[in-house]
Amino acid sequence: MAPRVGVVQFPGSNCELDVVEAVRLLGGDAEILWHGDATVAGVDAVVVPGGFAHGDYLRPGAIARFSAVMGAVSEFAAAGGAVVGICNGFQVLTEAGLLPGALQKNRGLKFLCTTVELRVESVESVLTSEAVHGAVLRVPINHFEGNYTCSPETLAELQDQDQVVLRYVQNPNGSVDDIAGITNAGRNVVGLMPHPERASSALLGSEDGLPLLRSLLATAGAPA
Amino acid sequence: MLFSVLVEVSLREGVADPQGATIERSLPHLGFDGVRGVRVGKSIRFDVEAADEGSARTEVDDLCRRFLTNPVIEDATVTVTVAEAAAR
Repeated sequence: MAPRVGVVQFPGSNCELDVVEAVRLLGGDAEILWHGDATVAGVDAVVVPGGFAHGDYLRPGAIARFSAVMGAVSEFAAAGGAVVGICNGFQVLTEAGLLPGALQKNRGLKFLCTTVELRVESVESVLTSEAVHGAVLRVPINHFEGNYTCSPETLAELQDQDQVVLRYVQNPNGSVDDIAGITNAGRNVVGLMPHPERASSALLGSEDGLPLLRSLLATAGAPA
Repeated sequence: MLFSVLVEVSLREGVADPQGATIERSLPHLGFDGVRGVRVGKSIRFDVEAADEGSARTEVDDLCRRFLTNPVIEDATVTVTVAEAAAR
């Protein structure tokens, strides 16, 4: 059976259908998980997509983390389920405490909409297991608050435990240690600012997001 | 009793403040040469009903920690005052 991926939809999400499309392209089943429903509906993996959940009011992710669905996502993650937060989804996962650190305004105060190069730094995560260590991937970014920051202690822990899974080849936003994506200690929750779903077809300019999404499907398809 | 609350949210010391830095860099162009240490935050005002000022403050501190600030990067300064009697 094809793995089922649930894609969370908040008011203001705008990348959920792109994720659904990319998952189906890779042979997975995808369905939308409404933010007001306190369930992940038995899916095999959850993606918290990009956008501006609840208008990003107060702080990106600050309101979304209290959505009914997020309680279910937290339980799913605590049970070892694969959860990936992309862009605004990464912000939501940090606010929800599923990932350490925070995302603040880009150094330079510019909204960045461009394609960047990412280096795969660890293949030990639900989003990078099928990628090649050290490979450079061209993936779009599209954010104003993607400047990853955390305490020196947290950074040391991320580095020591090999939890930085993706780094920018050229840091676009001021993120500490060039961090583009991290995983949690259990390696089943990943957050990243770049959009792998927008690099899922040559028509979109790059297919380099596919190994990442394929990793998620492979994890989701494997019995826990 | 009704209390007026002012919460001032600022980035924690040591956290880079790109907005503050940009403002500070632009000031010399306007002739303000002696300004430094610009930090940008936000202020949030609301009223809260509580038995006394202590319990109002306890509730607001909890609200700040759990919602109004992200403790990873932000601090809050809370000012609680008795709302005017006319407000009742």
